[in-house]
Amino acid sequence: MLRFIFRRILLILPVLFGLTVIMFVIARVLPGDPVGLAAGPNATREEIEALAREFGLDQPILGQYWTYVSGLAQGDFGTSIFTRRPVADDLAAYLPATLELVFSALLIAIVVGIPAGLMAAIWRNRWPDYLSNILSVAAISMPRFFLGLLLQLCFAMWLMWLPLGGRFPIILEPPPGVTGFYTIDALLAGDMESFQTACRYLAMPAIAMSLSPLATILRMMRAATIEVMQQDYVTTARALGLSPRLIVFKYVLRNAISSSLTLIGLYFGWLLGGTVLVETVFDWPGVGLYATSAIVAQDFMPVVSVALVIGALFISVNIVIDLLYGVINPKVRYQ
Amino acid sequence: MASLLEIRDLHLSMHSFEGAAKVLSGVTLSVEKGQIWGLVGETGCGKSLTGLSVSRLVRTPPAEYTRGKILLNGTDVLTLDEPRMRALRGRRIGMIFQDPTTNLNPSFRISTQLIDVALAAARHDSKILGLPATAGRWARRQAARRLAIDMLTEVGIPDAATRVDDYPHQFSGGMRQRVLIAMALVGQPDLLIADEPTTALDVSVQAQILDLLKQMVTVHDMGVVLITHNLGVVAQTCTHVAVMYAGAIVEKGPIRAVLTDPAHPYTKALMQAIPRRDVARGALQGLPGAVPNLVQPPAGCRFAPRCILAQPSCSKVPAEHERAAGHLVACPVVQAAHHA
Repeated sequence: MLRFIFRRILLILPVLFGLTVIMFVIARVLPGDPVGLAAGPNATREEIEALAREFGLDQPILGQYWTYVSGLAQGDFGTSIFTRRPVADDLAAYLPATLELVFSALLIAIVVGIPAGLMAAIWRNRWPDYLSNILSVAAISMPRFFLGLLLQLCFAMWLMWLPLGGRFPIILEPPPGVTGFYTIDALLAGDMESFQTACRYLAMPAIAMSLSPLATILRMMRAATIEVMQQDYVTTARALGLSPRLIVFKYVLRNAISSSLTLIGLYFGWLLGGTVLVETVFDWPGVGLYATSAIVAQDFMPVVSVALVIGALFISVNIVIDLLYGVINPKVRYQ
Repeated sequence: MASLLEIRDLHLSMHSFEGAAKVLSGVTLSVEKGQIWGLVGETGCGKSLTGLSVSRLVRTPPAEYTRGKILLNGTDVLTLDEPRMRALRGRRIGMIFQDPTTNLNPSFRISTQLIDVALAAARHDSKILGLPATAGRWARRQAARRLAIDMLTEVGIPDAATRVDDYPHQFSGGMRQRVLIAMALVGQPDLLIADEPTTALDVSVQAQILDLLKQMVTVHDMGVVLITHNLGVVAQTCTHVAVMYAGAIVEKGPIRAVLTDPAHPYTKALMQAIPRRDVARGALQGLPGAVPNLVQPPAGCRFAPRCILAQPSCSKVPAEHERAAGHLVACPVVQAAHHA
């Protein structure tokens, strides 16, 4: 088991290496003049060359790559040519916001999607099933940013229950940073007022992001549950007098959940990579907004680093998912 | 005193696209403690449905009980609601099914599965755990675990105290069937319904499992309905046999009487189809024709279209007559010949 985890972590390294190579090459093969853009429209030729020298962009690409990778080994993600700030600092500021959003969205999707899928399977072809069917098709087909706009219109403009956007009121001090997740930090500090505020800001973007995975998990869970309910061991459990609640929530659930687990791992990556639209709509200060503005400015270092960090997170989450398979299915052995 | 199990004139229709299939038509059977009834017949004759009906595990709809009663210790289970029925399952009626590889939940230790069955049965009868009704959760759990280990030991699982925490895939097929027998018996049922319990096992294991079943009947003082299509299994295990054809019992009685003096033409045909050492190769006789369509079954005796003895009188539903003590045959032609 420990050896399995260790091996999987070791295997991340070549993947991340490949990722840096690809990102580095793509960023430099693309046409454009990042240095010129960063220096501004009125810069002289000398100023542009000086800037290029300062950021090592006059070096051959291999040399640049070597500088970047050896910096990485020391936790240095390079410097943004546009803001002149270390990328590592920016990531530390923006990544927790995105992660808080993504994890909240996944949490909603799991906590609602799995029980709802079970219910739809149990009441198959009755009204709860039809209702969940209609709602999930709607949720899957609606684009996230559009859903975000609808939520804003309804809950921020008309009902005025929730703030329109942002992560925390500008005039207030956010809870002291431990994890970078405002909700968790507020709880750790025992500050219930901040916690509520953070939740109110988090609610709409998290719901907007959660609906698509929620609906997919629901449908997957429904199908898996229906299949498991037809297994012989469910008949045996019924024949020996177990209550329907015990059968469904204990014996069926564990057998039906593994396909949803795979989905959750995949959706984590999909959500991380797709936060941009929701972050834009809700003015959420996350990595998606950061990366988009860097791409527009042809600012390489943030783009490469964001891709790298998202890649590493995606792989890590999927290692955890692989370990969970073993918890659920005793036949899985780690070698 | 009421019989342990008394099925009276049970009729079951199964609604399908082609119409209502009259799957059971007048099954009558009574089982006492200590008896092992073999219920034999070919695939689709309704023997499994009869077994499932006793536990009310047949979905209604599409199924519909159109007539008859199933009395368990005098109560008609067909009139019970689901919670009352659940109180009987596992506690009064134990069930074992065909395939031991698919009837245990692969994701849970067998201890978990046995303990849950024991606890469910104990909810309706706290004596099962040997604890007062007021015992706490933890005490009940511990008692259920001890009971599970005892039961596994009893069905012949070596080193049960450690094996109890294994997963199903860590057992062989025969051992899994033993585990399933332990699970069916952990609630101390009065009636055990075993639906083809040895069909998926190889012959040597089959014999062990049948011996175990026989042993359990004497130890626990139960009645058993053993559903099978194998007359050899019946001859080896049962005290009584009922032969089913197309939803009705055509002949039943004590095992010796039926097997030495088979009267119904279908029973005779079945016995001629068993390979025997003293019958020459190639002399085995099959039964011509096919099972009737149950949506529009033949009026009267359902076997008549395939029967060599068929007479005009077969168009009426055949009444049972007693050929010898307890040996009942539902065939007017045989009856006439017997009395002649």
